[in-house]
Amino acid sequence: MLTNPLDSNPSFQLTASYGQFSKVETVGLAGIGVGFLALAVALFGAGTIAPIPLFAIFITGVAGGSLLFFKRYSARPAGIQNDNIFFSPNLWRGAVAWILGVILTGFYVLLYWFPGTMEHAIRIFDPLSWTLRDRPADQWLMYGTFYTLAVLIMGVRAIIKYRHIPYQIVRSVSVTFFQLVLAFIIPAILIRLNEPELYFSYFWPLDFDAIWPSKVSDLSSSGSIGTFFLFWAAALSFVATPILTYFFGKRWYCSWVCGCGGLAETAGDPYRHLSDKSLKAWKIERWMIHSVLVAIVVLTGLLWTNSVTEGAILGDFSSAFARTYGFAIGAVFSGVIGVGFYPLMGARVWCRFGCPMAAVLGIIQKYFSRFRITTNGGQCISCGNCSTYCEMGIDVRWYAQRGQNIVRASCVGCGICSAVCPRGVLKLENGPTDDRYNGPILIDRDSIGVLD
Amino acid sequence: MSRIVIIGNGIAGVTAARFIRKAGDEPITIISAESEHFFSRTALMYIYMGHMTYEHTKPYEDWFWSKNGISLVRGWVNRIDHTTKTLFLDGGRPIEYDKLIIAVGSQPNRFGWPGENLDNVQGLYSLQDLQTMQEATSGIDHATVVGGGLIGIEMAEMLHSRGIPTLFLVRENSYMDYLLPAEESQMINNEIRRHHIDLRLGTELKEIIGSDGSVSSVRTSDGDEVQTGFVGLTAGVSPAIDFLDNSGIETNRGVLINEYFETNVEDVYAVGDCAEFRDPEIGHKKIEQLWYTGRRQGKRLGLNIVGKKTPYDKGIFFNSAKFFTIEYQTYGHIAASADEATGSVLWSDTDSRRLLRINYSRADNTVVGFNAFGVRLRHEQCEAWLHGRAQVEDVVREISRALFDPEFTRKIPGGLQSSSPVST
Ligand SMILES: Cc1cc2nc3c(=O)[nH]c(=O)nc-3n(C[C@H](O)[C@H](O)[C@H](O)COP(=O)(O)OP(=O)(O)OC[C@H]3O[C@@H](n4cnc5c(N)ncnc54)[C@H](O)[C@@H]3O)c2cc1C
Ligand code: SF4
Ligand code: SF4
Repeated sequence: MLTNPLDSNPSFQLTASYGQFSKVETVGLAGIGVGFLALAVALFGAGTIAPIPLFAIFITGVAGGSLLFFKRYSARPAGIQNDNIFFSPNLWRGAVAWILGVILTGFYVLLYWFPGTMEHAIRIFDPLSWTLRDRPADQWLMYGTFYTLAVLIMGVRAIIKYRHIPYQIVRSVSVTFFQLVLAFIIPAILIRLNEPELYFSYFWPLDFDAIWPSKVSDLSSSGSIGTFFLFWAAALSFVATPILTYFFGKRWYCSWVCGCGGLAETAGDPYRHLSDKSLKAWKIERWMIHSVLVAIVVLTGLLWTNSVTEGAILGDFSSAFARTYGFAIGAVFSGVIGVGFYPLMGARVWCRFGCPMAAVLGIIQKYFSRFRITTNGGQCISCGNCSTYCEMGIDVRWYAQRGQNIVRASCVGCGICSAVCPRGVLKLENGPTDDRYNGPILIDRDSIGVLD
Repeated sequence: MSRIVIIGNGIAGVTAARFIRKAGDEPITIISAESEHFFSRTALMYIYMGHMTYEHTKPYEDWFWSKNGISLVRGWVNRIDHTTKTLFLDGGRPIEYDKLIIAVGSQPNRFGWPGENLDNVQGLYSLQDLQTMQEATSGIDHATVVGGGLIGIEMAEMLHSRGIPTLFLVRENSYMDYLLPAEESQMINNEIRRHHIDLRLGTELKEIIGSDGSVSSVRTSDGDEVQTGFVGLTAGVSPAIDFLDNSGIETNRGVLINEYFETNVEDVYAVGDCAEFRDPEIGHKKIEQLWYTGRRQGKRLGLNIVGKKTPYDKGIFFNSAKFFTIEYQTYGHIAASADEATGSVLWSDTDSRRLLRINYSRADNTVVGFNAFGVRLRHEQCEAWLHGRAQVEDVVREISRALFDPEFTRKIPGGLQSSSPVST
């Protein structure tokens, strides 16, 4: 007989121990610890004295340790490996997450405004910097190395974790490649060749000053590579972006090419469920991201007006505006908050609420694209895995359970909703644009019947 | 305006409420004892496994209900007086209705096994069950699951996620062989064992042995006694309608209804897991205990109540499940054992644990059903084929139109040629 369950509280949180690590995994964690210890030792002064050994220990510890730790995924049968995530002090806003959040945020503050405090740590990157760029390291080389390492190591993790899904493998290889080659090696080589430091995988308006008058005049006077870059940037911003987004959706950039997306999809993958799925968050998102887009468009226009009129119109105002934008959006939002808050708000805070490039791609994706996530008839059981693991905070289930396709400006096409769905309900597809919104027209005498 | 009261906030009751609300603004009240808000029962396992929290399993945000003018009452209905149209609640004021929908769902079956009332012995249906399971399984070093159905294998997977060695007793000689053909069933046996579950086929529970009121071991039909700290009983569910005894509402196993969800009492309807059709169409079940059938029934009932009265049409059957890492979808009808009248085209790749079966009627070569393991099929396409009585050779040739796997997934070869093609 069913008993009256009234006196229980259904909002319970279960607990279980998360940290059951095998021997290999423990050794891996220890290796990572030793790597970061070397970095700390460097930071406190030894970096200037013994850069090479400390650099070697740092890289071997962190990379080698991580690879051992990934046994956690490779030793288990290929499949969705989300067990115990919500019991983890790291992955569900527990003590570890808060500590990590503070460390990451603090690191960005030091990096942008007090790089001198990290002087000794920067020195261990000298050998690498000389090899690549033929000059000593600065904080940006150190940061670029951290960033690329994070994408590479965690890219390997993503490939192991999602090894049963070819889409995830191809996509992870793609983002890792673009970060390593276009955002790390090529800019370094350009510096070595005394050319301007150029990032071929970032375009305006994400690379906000890419088409500002100051940059354009610098580049066009810097030689053929600079001139080529101007054409490249303009062609990608204004020609390739709409075309590629029409055919493939914004995913071609956001989860296949972009470095911010690259970090989010790799290092940020463990935190993807932290995004806020409420309707309220969606409202805030639309206000914020479009405001940033308006700001950068107006700013760029102002700067050009200012440059054409030689400062006659709003000269001081536009340069103050430019400095404010660079500080508030370029540094605080995309860096400090965007990455610093990974363990607390998920990896796509910047991409979702701030990135003007995502805003443009989103508008194209929503209104002029062949991309959609198709919902598979009536198979949805409303379990919520898709919404939970959508890093962009899209309530995927809301659409899936009523048999409606998902066409949302913010969807970066990571494909994880489709991966975690236990019922095979979701498929990322490019297809004809007519009735992309409604999904297949299903008649009620069949058992599918769109629900609303 | 008639006051509509629904007992049970599961998928059936909630869907009915939504369709009634879409058509008008009658006052709607949903009463449920289990939780204040609608949550997804199908996601219970994921809460235990730490893939989600309870909050994530709610299909609608909490503001949804008041915004749509649906009042929620957390309460337990212990008696219905249909002459005065009043519900009596444990610890709450009586509630009057003009139209009543009974959508109270199921409860786990118990078969009178010796020892089944010991502590740490339970079924899995409700949030409360999950809570007791959490308490009962923390710190134990062995668990037992009895009953080889869908909930049984989910329970085994749940225990596995916490690293608890698990004995899985299945009465049948192969997992779910009453529903699945031999190849499919064998594939799932292998999958269970690949996850180090101690699967014992053709083995039944004889006795649960306790000490100090709590389970300490189980005795199996092959005479083995296994020390265990928890026993999950998952031998099916049945309608949770004990509270209707002597209410005047006719019941059998479930609340008896016609094809309009009407009970023998005027203005009282029943829907979902707890409802039993008096005379279903041939080949259809009397009681449908699935998520999508609850949704489908709820929708039809909602529309009926707002005046678009049409009999319930069960349509072409479909369902899905996931067995550890293997996804399963089925459309139409696939019998567990082959018969003379039915042919079968089978493609399988044991290494990647993928399988696709298409059954057809030998009489006219029309397709009758699909079974897909590790392969996702497009519901709309399969249904169109089944509905249009497509020829099996056309379906086999054009199978790629039905594939719903993520991009870059290895396609099933055209014409279904494979390493082990079987056509019987
Ligand atoms: C663990 C598990 C996994 C499942 N997985 C799947 C799946 O993958 N696919 C699938 O198709 N189906 C699945 N099912 C079955 C599916 O969940 C049910 O068919 C469906 O939830 C039934 O919905 P319902 O609205 O009829 O009833 P329910 O969801 O049971 O809702 C009825 C509610 O009424 C309440 N209630 C009962 N009596 C009273 C009373 N007297 N007073 C007040 N309240 C009362 C109950 O507490 C309950 O909250 C699963 C079931 C379980 C238990
Ligand atoms: S909807 Fe799916 S594909 Fe799009 S961002 Fe969310 S999880 Fe990724
Ligand atoms: S994960 Fe799949 S079944 Fe679950 S709610 Fe999302 S679409 Fe539906």
